[in-house]
Amino acid sequence: MHELSITQSVIDVVTERTGGDRVAIVRLQIGKLSGIVPDSVRFCFELIAADTPLAGAVLEIDEPLGRAHCKGCGEDFELRDLILLCPCGSADVVVMAGTELAVKSVEVV
Amino acid sequence: MCVTCGCGDSAGVRVRLPGVPGDGHQHSHEHPHDQLHDHSHEQDPSHGHDHPHTGEPRSQPIPAATRTIDIEQELLAKNDSLAEHNRGWLAEHGITAINLMSSPGSGKTSLLERTIREAGGKRTVCVIEGDQETLFDAERIRATGAAVIQVNTGAGCHLDADMLRRGIEALAPPDGSLLLVENVGNLVCPALFDLGESAKVVVISVTEGADKPLKYPHMFAAADLIVINKIDLLPYVDFDLDRCRRDARSLRPDVDIVSLSVKSGVGIDSWYEWIGLK
Repeated sequence: MHELSITQSVIDVVTERTGGDRVAIVRLQIGKLSGIVPDSVRFCFELIAADTPLAGAVLEIDEPLGRAHCKGCGEDFELRDLILLCPCGSADVVVMAGTELAVKSVEVV
Repeated sequence: MCVTCGCGDSAGVRVRLPGVPGDGHQHSHEHPHDQLHDHSHEQDPSHGHDHPHTGEPRSQPIPAATRTIDIEQELLAKNDSLAEHNRGWLAEHGITAINLMSSPGSGKTSLLERTIREAGGKRTVCVIEGDQETLFDAERIRATGAAVIQVNTGAGCHLDADMLRRGIEALAPPDGSLLLVENVGNLVCPALFDLGESAKVVVISVTEGADKPLKYPHMFAAADLIVINKIDLLPYVDFDLDRCRRDARSLRPDVDIVSLSVKSGVGIDSWYEWIGLK
């Protein structure tokens, strides 16, 4: 349940910027390879946002796909899991996307 | 979050010295922003336990007129910056910190006990023990004669950079020492949290099964060294060493791997060599 502390960071990061203003929408980016489960964040958010200006806010979660660049063949490809293997057979790959874990923006009332 | 009253992040974390009596958990909380300041919330009626938790829709209607505020902040930024601070402090003091992670029962504490008893003469070894509850592990380490601090995370499932900072503050490891940090037994959560350590070590025991690297890829992808423990039990279990090594390297091609038995001592010299105690 590391989602609990991650979700607490969402609330901390947002309230640091918005103070006591009521927040209606929180836009998050949680990459497919980030190790964070969006549904768990939603569950934790409902619990710990109560009694904060984020209570009742809608979570809009963007989930970027994993992408990697192969140094062997020079191609970019979709990385569905953390196994660093290009379809060409090379394991010399660099992860380019999918590990994102950030608060992008909010809508305040 | 504290399971008793639900107050904020890191609440319920306790940094404790083994062998010090009178540390009954009286529901006190330490808040890192106030150093080691404690206060109690016992029966505080203003603490907000009367809000409903379930059963009704939570989302409120979104008003037509809202204002967009760009935030653009990484969620692990705070932990990562605290970790960098730890890393700088440790480097300044010539301290090497090793973060040991594994599932519960893989033999982390036994590895530390043997390491301190057998090779601790080469360099001062200090230990920070992480567990949700109890001083059990810290008592075992204390019996070896090494300086040790227990961090109890309460409901928390991992150590974070601030907990390490507080552990270091309480332990005060001497300059030039080797600081072994035993994380909470868990193959999932600790992988995400940089502590500011010099290296991450993942311990797996042969009784757990060779499929663990692919089942818990985030943990094994983060490892600088994988220790395969309890190899004296290989004749009695179906554990494919080659498969385990191959799968681990599919997640991190340059990972170091040592196979050993803490109990029999076979292979343990490679571990001592890796951590610079040989």
